Formats: sequence, structure tokens, C-alpha cells
Amino acid sequence: MDENMDENIVTVRHLTHRFRLSRKHTLTAVDDVSFSIRRGEILGLVGESGCGKSTVARCMMNLYRPTGGEICFNGINTCDQRAFRANRKLLQTHRQLIFQDSTSSLNQRMQVADIIAEPMRIHHIRPPRGSYRQEAAFQLHYVGMDESFLDKYPSQMSGGQRQRVAIARALAMEPELLVADEPIASLDVSIQAQIVNLFKHLQQEHGFSILFIAHDLAMVEYLCDRIGVMYRGKLVELAPSRELAENPLHPYTRLLLSAIPTPDPIRERARPAVSFDEMTFPTQGTLRECTPGHWVLMP
Amino acid sequence: MENILEVKNLTVTLPSPEGTVEALRGVSLELHPGEVLAIVGESGCGKSMLCRSIMKLLPKSARIPQGQILADGADITNYSQKDMNRLRGKLFSMVFQDPMTALDLTRTVEQQIAEAVTVHSPRLSRQALHARVMELMTLVGIREPETRGKLYPYHFSGGMRQRVVMAIALAANPKILLADEPTTALDVTVQAQILDLLKEIQRKLHTATILVSHDLGVVARAADRVAIMYAGRIVEIGTAEEIYYDPRHPYTWGLMRSLPALARDGQLYTIPGMPPSLVNPPAGDAFACRNEYALAIDYREAPPMFRVSDTHYAATWLLDQRAPKVTPPIGGAAHG
Repeated sequence: MDENMDENIVTVRHLTHRFRLSRKHTLTAVDDVSFSIRRGEILGLVGESGCGKSTVARCMMNLYRPTGGEICFNGINTCDQRAFRANRKLLQTHRQLIFQDSTSSLNQRMQVADIIAEPMRIHHIRPPRGSYRQEAAFQLHYVGMDESFLDKYPSQMSGGQRQRVAIARALAMEPELLVADEPIASLDVSIQAQIVNLFKHLQQEHGFSILFIAHDLAMVEYLCDRIGVMYRGKLVELAPSRELAENPLHPYTRLLLSAIPTPDPIRERARPAVSFDEMTFPTQGTLRECTPGHWVLMP
Repeated sequence: MENILEVKNLTVTLPSPEGTVEALRGVSLELHPGEVLAIVGESGCGKSMLCRSIMKLLPKSARIPQGQILADGADITNYSQKDMNRLRGKLFSMVFQDPMTALDLTRTVEQQIAEAVTVHSPRLSRQALHARVMELMTLVGIREPETRGKLYPYHFSGGMRQRVVMAIALAANPKILLADEPTTALDVTVQAQILDLLKEIQRKLHTATILVSHDLGVVARAADRVAIMYAGRIVEIGTAEEIYYDPRHPYTWGLMRSLPALARDGQLYTIPGMPPSLVNPPAGDAFACRNEYALAIDYREAPPMFRVSDTHYAATWLLDQRAPKVTPPIGGAAHG
């Protein structure tokens, strides 16, 4: 894909990750996946649970060391230990991660003000707005919460509010890349809409890039500029959102699109349920560009 | 029609450090035999609390200051745990949200289903027990039950695990099945299958089902009737067609508009603000402060249930004769 350094913030080439289950068995969670994230774009990654989308995110954030392939962030190969050590501070501040479960990703014994300021303390960043507390208040405002939450503990807040705090903590570092691993999966539909709109708004204001991972294709289609579909460790299709929704080429993408529930009882009852367990789709081949910007796995 | 379950003006309170939480504030509903009633609302609106009060799985400190629960003609409001144990499983049973924690990881699937069968019919011979377990596994759509029964829950995917949980719930042929967010922990691709299974079971066994969910999109597939809950009250109830094609309550409009499938002109609608705390619920309509269509009376007096049709009721002052005419932002022919 495009080699242009200025256009792509992250380039993933032939990423492979295997987990060793026992001496004899290995599980290939991610199998030869290549894609890039452009500057200022929201890239969605969708697929069923177990398809390897979280593993991609974790490899990108250096939480796993990939078995093969390389990931370049702003021209730095993050899989290379030496390059990683040399640029550790840059990599750890410019890339931020948001997890699915805000209950376990926020420290239960810390107050919101400390949670948001902690990354700045760790990296010895002087708060641009005077004190750490003021900085925390500013970031909270940004995600649509007021100062009254500064002294609260995570247990005193709802799921949506906790997820906002997690986002505020990530934003405090003014990242260039935000990796959000199923940030809305554990939230109510009405709160999901709030968080998705928040992502959209923040992206427009800051202009950073987001890798947005979810299993709900409907929300991803609404939020993202481009969508990648993963199936059994392979990236099977990558296309702009509208193109993917209107003209899905891979059979798995078509099935995934047909599985989106619609709030329409008559149409919904008529829609056949597809059993995904028994179906297998071709995972062999290489990703090829069919129409400009629309990549499909083809044998 | 005879009601299999009737909840009349049920109020449930729980003590908390901040004060008494009014978890349910006068909920009334009926469940007809063999129907699927969906209860939809945001978290904290009391939908799980309602299921738990019906099953009497409330925390010890919970109080029921008023209201009645009639199950199969008997008033079970003041039943003791001992009395309830006779009803649980036989009259009603429950499917929980997370199939991971609902099963015992150290025992095979077959043993766990067999346990549920034995509790209700202890005198079953070994062969009959085995036959019954196989029958249940086939009923919930697990193929090759003989081999799969020997496996452990961790061998199963989320959807399959939820099927096992349902087999356990159906062990004693309950008349009422309470499913508390049965598909929330599952992939979109599996959700439809589980909902179809619920529907199929309901057809085969004539079980009445209460399906709790926060997602109107998911519920559309299985529900015969839909009740929308907000802040411990039912704010709108009607048949699925009435709720989806002709919603009347502003909260229902909000829930519908926050679904991406119905996002118009590229902007997803969000209901502003948060649900109110139920420690000291506001006077008047609890939804008023988040409601762009709120009238002055909403802040003073809670609206009664207005009748739209024989099956469709909504608690909003907009349906009063004196209220100004409002064009709903959703519903009608647009997606009918």
C-alpha cells in the first residue's frame, strides 16, 4: 500500500502474531495483515470475537511483540527493540489506548483528577494550564463533564462517565494516534451514541487519527472514514465506509452487513438468521485493490 | 386473555448511603401466555430490578412498600424464599446476561443440565435423566449432544454457552422465562440466532418470555410487545408494531434516534444529560429535564398513562387534549 510517510501515520506490513497454546499447538491470531492509517482518519476494524482485532491493537501498542511483520509509526519501526527504546517517550506519549472495560482500566482507588493527570506525572510533562488539577478539569470539560467529577472515584460514576474519563486521560497526552479497543461495547445504546459523537467531535477538533475497534458494524459505519473487516486473523476487506456498506465484495462482509439488526419488527422478523459457526469463508490469497481504495482478499 | 403474570403498581425501595433508592416506582404490567414481552431502557432504569422482584432475588435490604405480583393466579408478593424455591424453575426461570459466569467451569455441560433436571424430578432413572438432557440440548439447538455434552463450558463459544444456560433454565418446563439481556455479551452475528431460539422455544413450549434489553434494534426481532422503562417507571407500552412505527413518548423517540440505522443527515442523535438519581426522584416527569418537548406541567406533575389504543399506552403529557401538537421526529411511514 501507500509508502508515503507524510500521508500515513501508521503502516502495518505483514503483521503476524501467534500464541503458543502448548508445546504442540499454536494459534495464529493475526495472519499476514497489512494496512495503514492515514493522518486524521478514523479507521474502523470489525469482526467477530476471536478474529484477532484486539491482537492487532495490542501489537500496535507494543503490548504484544509480534511474531512477524513490522509496524511503522511515523517512520519508527516499533517492533524493533532498539528503535523502540530510542523513541520510547515519543511512542508512549503520542500513541494512546482506550480499553473496553472502563471498570478495570481505571484505578478504583484513585480520584478522577489523579487518573487524568497520571500520564503527565509519569512523563514529567509540565501542565500547560498551571496545575495538574486545572489540566484535569480542562480535559474533563473537553469530554463533556464538569469539575464536580474531579474528586469522584470510578465506582461513583456510570459506565458512560467512566469511559469519558478514560478518553480524557488518553487526550491529556495530546496523542497523534488513539487506539480504541471496543470502547462502546459495554455501554447502553443511548450512551454509545454519546461516546461515538464525542469521538467524532474530538477527531474534528484535534485532527488525530483513531483506530476504532468494534464488533458492531452499524456504529463503525457511522463513525469511521474507512473500515477493515477481519475474519480468522486475516484482513479480508478494506474500503471507505460508504463503499463498504453499499458494495461489499467479500462474502464475509456481506454476511456481517446482513447481521445488523434494524429497529423495524416486520423487516427484522423476515430476515433469516445466518449461522456463522458452520460457514467458512476463503482466507487464502492476497489483498488486492479492486476499485481505487477498495481492497479485497482474493485467491 | 388470562394473564400468566401480573404486576400491579409495584414499588421497590433499597436503602443506600445517600438515602432510599426508589428502584421501581409503581410498575404495572401483564404477561399473556406464550408471548414475548420486551422491556427496554437505559441501565439503572430498573429493568433488571423488575426481573429480580418477580423472581424474588432482591437483596435482603430491599422493601416492597406497595404493589402486588400475581403469578399464575397466586399472589406471590409475600412468599418466603422456601415457597419461592418451589416455583423457581417450574413456574419461572431466568437467563442471565453473561453466560461465562452463569456456568460452572469445572463440570461438563451434561452434568450441569442434569443437575437442573434432578432438582425438579429427583426420582428420574439414569436412562431417563440422560434422555431428558439430550432432549433439552437438542431443543436449544446444540447438535451432536452426545459428544458435546461431555465437553466443558470453556470449550464452547459465547453463543453456545448461552444455549446451555437456556437448556438449564428450561429443565423443568417453566411457564415464564425471564431473559435478562441474553444477547448483550454476544457478537452481533450470534444475537439473531439466540433471539430466534427464544422465539422457537416460546412456540414449541408455549412459554411466556420477558426479554430485557437496552437495544431497541435487537428487540425488534423477537418481541410481540414492548415496554419502555425510564427511571423506575414504564413510560410506554404497546405491541412491537405500535412502538416501532408509531412511538408516542419523547423518550422512545430519543432511544430510536440514537440507533445508527436511523441516524439522519449524518448526525447521530443523543439524549442529552443522564438518567436522574433515584434517591430523591424529581417531582413531576423524571424525563422532563432531558426532554426537548417538555411542557411546564411535566415539572410539576407526573403524567398518567394515556391510552393510544387498547394495547398502546404512553405516559406523556403530550397526549393530553390540551397539549400542543408535536410532530414526532421519528416513526410513521418513514421506515414502515
